[in-house]
Amino acid sequence: MSKVNAILQGTLNWVDERFPLTSNWKAHLSEYYAPKNFNFWYFFGSLAMLVLVIQIVTGIFLTMHFKPDASLNASGVPVAFASVEYIMRDVPWGWLIRYMHSTGASAFFIVVYMHMFRGMLYGSYRKPRELIWIFGMVIFLCLMAEAFFGYLLPWGQMSFWGAQVIVNLFSAIPLIGPDLSIWLRGDYVVGDATLNRFFAFHVIAVPLVLLGLVAAHILALHEVGSNNPDGVEIKKKKDANGIPLDGIPFHPYYSVKDIVGVVVFLMVFSVIVFFMPEFGGYFLEYNNFFPADPLVTPPHIAPVWYFTPYYSILRAVTYPLFGIDAKFWGVVAMGASTLIIALLPWLDRSPVKSIRYRGPLYKGFLAAFIVSFFILGYLGMLGPTPMRTLVAQICSVIYFAFFLLMPIYSSLDKCQPEPDRVTSK
Amino acid sequence: MKKFLSAILFAPLLAFGAGVELHLDRAPDKANDMAALQNGAKIFVNYCLNCHSASYMRYNRLKDIGLNDVQIKDNLLFTAEKVGEPMKIAMQRADAKVWFGAAPPDLTVIARARASEFGSGADWLYTYLRGFYRDDKRPTGWNNVVFENVGMPHVLWELQGEQVMGADHKLMLTKPGKLKPQEFDAAVGDLVGFLKYMGEPMAEFRKQLGVIVLIFLAVVFVFAYALKREYWKDVH
Repeated sequence: MSKVNAILQGTLNWVDERFPLTSNWKAHLSEYYAPKNFNFWYFFGSLAMLVLVIQIVTGIFLTMHFKPDASLNASGVPVAFASVEYIMRDVPWGWLIRYMHSTGASAFFIVVYMHMFRGMLYGSYRKPRELIWIFGMVIFLCLMAEAFFGYLLPWGQMSFWGAQVIVNLFSAIPLIGPDLSIWLRGDYVVGDATLNRFFAFHVIAVPLVLLGLVAAHILALHEVGSNNPDGVEIKKKKDANGIPLDGIPFHPYYSVKDIVGVVVFLMVFSVIVFFMPEFGGYFLEYNNFFPADPLVTPPHIAPVWYFTPYYSILRAVTYPLFGIDAKFWGVVAMGASTLIIALLPWLDRSPVKSIRYRGPLYKGFLAAFIVSFFILGYLGMLGPTPMRTLVAQICSVIYFAFFLLMPIYSSLDKCQPEPDRVTSK
Repeated sequence: MKKFLSAILFAPLLAFGAGVELHLDRAPDKANDMAALQNGAKIFVNYCLNCHSASYMRYNRLKDIGLNDVQIKDNLLFTAEKVGEPMKIAMQRADAKVWFGAAPPDLTVIARARASEFGSGADWLYTYLRGFYRDDKRPTGWNNVVFENVGMPHVLWELQGEQVMGADHKLMLTKPGKLKPQEFDAAVGDLVGFLKYMGEPMAEFRKQLGVIVLIFLAVVFVFAYALKREYWKDVH
């Protein structure tokens, strides 16, 4: 036994002299001290990593059988659409791989939205974690691009018309718009060229960027250390060995805790994959079981649920300004609604980080923001009516007011004093 | 602010109510009724698979519904040579477009595509196939309650007979067909059951597997939770 140990130790030493294995293991896992009071909201970071792995692994197997080809086969069906059904029927376990990937797309957004909301609850974006937040926001934008490119690939009616609508938005930009949208599509309409380039973006370009950003997100986190539900810095109180008094090593404490979270997540995930893969038309839209047909415009083109809040904001802008079409300002508002989240570290002037010690003003604004976000998301799935547009306009104003008024209300708010050490619930 | 909040609270209510309601009859569930699915397959092959293809569905997949290769070959294989081939048709799409105004769609996943907030795809098909009525304004002489001005004529008219639309927007059978109304509904129920099966042939297996996966995960959860408790008992 001791001989085996000696060999293993020797091998480890050999590696450590050539590669920082043990030091990295310690820095990121066994001697990375995380606050001991993480709650429910802190599962979603590691779950986002899990979903990323699920998407990459299932995606690799899907690319082995998927054909990004918009031409019609002998039965008059686009090859891309038929290849997805081939995966569903003729590829062994292809249906499982495909449902995991399609459910994974929605799961990714659920998990990431929860992760972002956690950051807002406990002020995780505040100094010194501004860069973590910025990296996270760029990850979120990449994720939206990844989802948008991926949604075209099954080449159903919603894939086709959704992409058509979104690419057309770029044509609203003055002067360069029309040429820009042709350049993006590679054609005058969404077609084979579009499908092929979206495939390239979806399977390699965006995932590469995404992986790099995730690494940067975690490296930045491990440089400054994790925030916690109390929003106090555990590094301020250390013991004689320089270890935070309220910190526990990520491994094994949070690795075993996250396994519990992973199992619970997988149970929810499995319920959807095995019993309701379409999720009532929200995860797989019914209309997308019709192959793409450039000659038949569906009566109602709705984006997938995770885009609908921003889509609502886009449609809420109905006034032309400075002689430029309202559509353009809608695009600007939609872009601003996603980018403005990145400014939170500089908009928040509160003396405390966590919602636990914030006053009623912030809590009220946050509640109004969350409610508006859900209503915008709901309205984005429906066709517009004058009443709905008005509600969307009100909610859009609340959405932006939450951010733009934050420097004022966060500094006026009556906060409670933060504790010195983390509290256990 | 108060106005905003009340607008927000009532927004979902106000947003409802617009749009056309579509009333669909509920299709019977035939998912585990092999005899019904086989009957549905027979009706499908005899009545639908001349103009409509089911090009992602292979004949020998019908083993799922209790048929063997010989039975498939002897009873159902009209449009292909081998049981491993997909359910394709001889009609050219360009011709079909001239004849019907639009090429008849592939029906493999039609039961999934026709689902909506008003009901499942099976409900839509069940209502549609029973909802043809005489209309002299249409080139085919037929119209439909859920698919207005549909290009398809009433292919099952021999079985159902002829219906007309009354002034109260209700359908009345004016000429009886080979089947009594109840028998016709049952036959369409079988056909729709088959279309639903064909839309997702692995659906029943998927649910069975799901139960096993969830039981497995529940067991893993017990161990994972016990492990976490054990490690965390010294964290205060």
